[in-house]
Amino acid sequence: MAEIRVQHLRKAFGDFVAVQDSNFVVEDGEFFVMLGPSGCGKTTTLRMIAGLELPTGGQILLGGDDVTMLRARERDIAFVFQLFALYPHMNVRKNIGFPLLAQGMPSAEIRTRVEETAKLLRIDHLLDKSVSGLAGGDRQRVALGRAIVRRPKCFLMDEPLGTLDTEFRDLMVHELRELHNRIRATTVYVTHDQMEAMSMADKIAVMNHGVIEQFGSPREIYDRPATMFVADFIGSPPMNFLKFGGGLTKGSKEIVVQGAKVAVPEVREDVAPADMALGIRPEHIRFDDASKLRGAIYGTEYLGTTQIVAVETADGIIKARVPAEIRLNAGDHVGLTLNSARLSLFEKGSGRAVRTAIHDTAAERRAQHG
Amino acid sequence: MSLTTAHSVVAPSANSKRIAGAIIIAYALISIVPLLWIFATSFKTPPDSIAYPPKIVFQPSIEGYCNLFTTRTRQTPEYINSLGPATGFCDETVRKRNMVIAGPSNFLPRFVNSLIIAFGSTFCAVFLGTLSAYGFSRFKVPLADDLLFFILSTRFMPPIAVAIPIYLMYRELGLSDTALGMILLYTAVNVSLAVWLLKGFIDEIPREYEEAAMIDGYTRLQAFWRTVLPQATTGIAATAIFCLIFAWNEYAFAALLTSGTAQTAPPFIPTIIGEGGQDWPAVAAGTTIFLVPILVFTILLRKQLLRGITFGAVRK
Repeated sequence: MAEIRVQHLRKAFGDFVAVQDSNFVVEDGEFFVMLGPSGCGKTTTLRMIAGLELPTGGQILLGGDDVTMLRARERDIAFVFQLFALYPHMNVRKNIGFPLLAQGMPSAEIRTRVEETAKLLRIDHLLDKSVSGLAGGDRQRVALGRAIVRRPKCFLMDEPLGTLDTEFRDLMVHELRELHNRIRATTVYVTHDQMEAMSMADKIAVMNHGVIEQFGSPREIYDRPATMFVADFIGSPPMNFLKFGGGLTKGSKEIVVQGAKVAVPEVREDVAPADMALGIRPEHIRFDDASKLRGAIYGTEYLGTTQIVAVETADGIIKARVPAEIRLNAGDHVGLTLNSARLSLFEKGSGRAVRTAIHDTAAERRAQHG
Repeated sequence: MSLTTAHSVVAPSANSKRIAGAIIIAYALISIVPLLWIFATSFKTPPDSIAYPPKIVFQPSIEGYCNLFTTRTRQTPEYINSLGPATGFCDETVRKRNMVIAGPSNFLPRFVNSLIIAFGSTFCAVFLGTLSAYGFSRFKVPLADDLLFFILSTRFMPPIAVAIPIYLMYRELGLSDTALGMILLYTAVNVSLAVWLLKGFIDEIPREYEEAAMIDGYTRLQAFWRTVLPQATTGIAATAIFCLIFAWNEYAFAALLTSGTAQTAPPFIPTIIGEGGQDWPAVAAGTTIFLVPILVFTILLRKQLLRGITFGAVRK
């Protein structure tokens, strides 16, 4: 097992820049997820780590060795493809043993290793079956088996659950994470599905347009999005943005949005006037008739334990997640209060969070690494 | 995927099935009767073969095959009677026509030439075609489209249009009447077809297979050999049959460029007719034997061929 260090990684296809200046470190034994919409460069990054694409610039270090320009087979990594890429002309046993065959391992040893691996994945009863007859989940397990049988330095997975149906996917998410807990292999996992990312990852990198927007734990990414893109991409429904103009002065404890005063934790520094946005997750909004921030209910989505209420305000629709018991009718006028501890502040022009203005980020970091 | 394609086509009625059956039988008869006629003629005696009205029922004889494989000389009955007892059926049959067997004919070596040249050129065309198709399919080849068009353009002209220049070139290069020359020629004609057909097949094979193999520790060539080739067998078989059929049946170049040692069966078979009258059974026997290899090859590969020809029509 090994740590993966990506430095100033860049990839251009002609004029199109797929990945620009990526930097991140995947620590030894960590489950790292690259998350982003399609075309954001996450798969290209993964393929560069694998050696299937050569970078235009930058460096990739695997366990301290520079592998940037090495061939895929010289890197000692395993890759799980979205479409599994199981060899249709081989049975399950041969598929799993295929990487060991390349190393010239004696067939008796291959046999033992393949059987061990199959047992670990609970597919030992399928070993002599043809791969073409397997169900989606079992194909996935065979593909995983082919990856782990070799005990490589790290695992790279490219949307491996993308083709499974939802029910199976939840099961496999659980299985994958459990497998990871058992073998503790450095894993880079690419997906566009935030639920997969949130439930499996130790660390997430959110990518967009070839740029890593944010790198952090699922909690950091959800609670303290670094950019408006991340805030919008993560969370369902996404974060609400309340636009306002003007600057902030150090020491003030409120921001005026749509004529309503919104309480914030003490502003810690002056912010020059600009177009700003206040971000708030739906679950951090409560109904409060005394509030000046008002709107009419536009519609509700009943989800069983909670419900999503869309409220039409002067500044557009704000979605709130409230307990399912509350009875609401479309057209009702309601007031909204925002949980001041959970606000995020963004500068609209750059889309970046102005974190230091309302949060004691240094203290948060100390608390997290406590 | 284990999904089976559901056919939404309405099941044909009994009546339309009957009509379809009748059409198929009629078509099969039209196609098969000439072949059956050749096959029957090859077992007729020369007089039976030119009898009018044609004989449908006749006493079968292998005289045609005897004549095909031998050369004979006419002798006086006295001389023939002075010989010892006939050694085998052919000897006996020939003697009845006042002839003796002088030696083997050229049919067998010509047939062997055909086998060597047709299979040799098919192998070369498919080998080169597979590799170039793989290259075009997987790598960024500069001017790939233009190159592919150029390869296709070699088929624009009927090959025979360049017969004279090729004849002259081959004479200069010493390739006239050599098996190598014919293999090169047929390979050149077939390779464009092979590249285009195989590129289609290889494009259909996801490149993840080789990528997986390369990550698993194989070189590109090993990955190609172990993962791409086994999945391209359908396409390779289909391509091989098309190439073989062309090379096996080719007459014009063979007639022009080969006359002796490298002569193939197609230009040889018609020459049988001149030896000792119009020997239709011998010609028919030669044709029948000539049909066998391609028939066997096609039957052996028919599963692949069928899947190959209909490829792309059904998604897996």
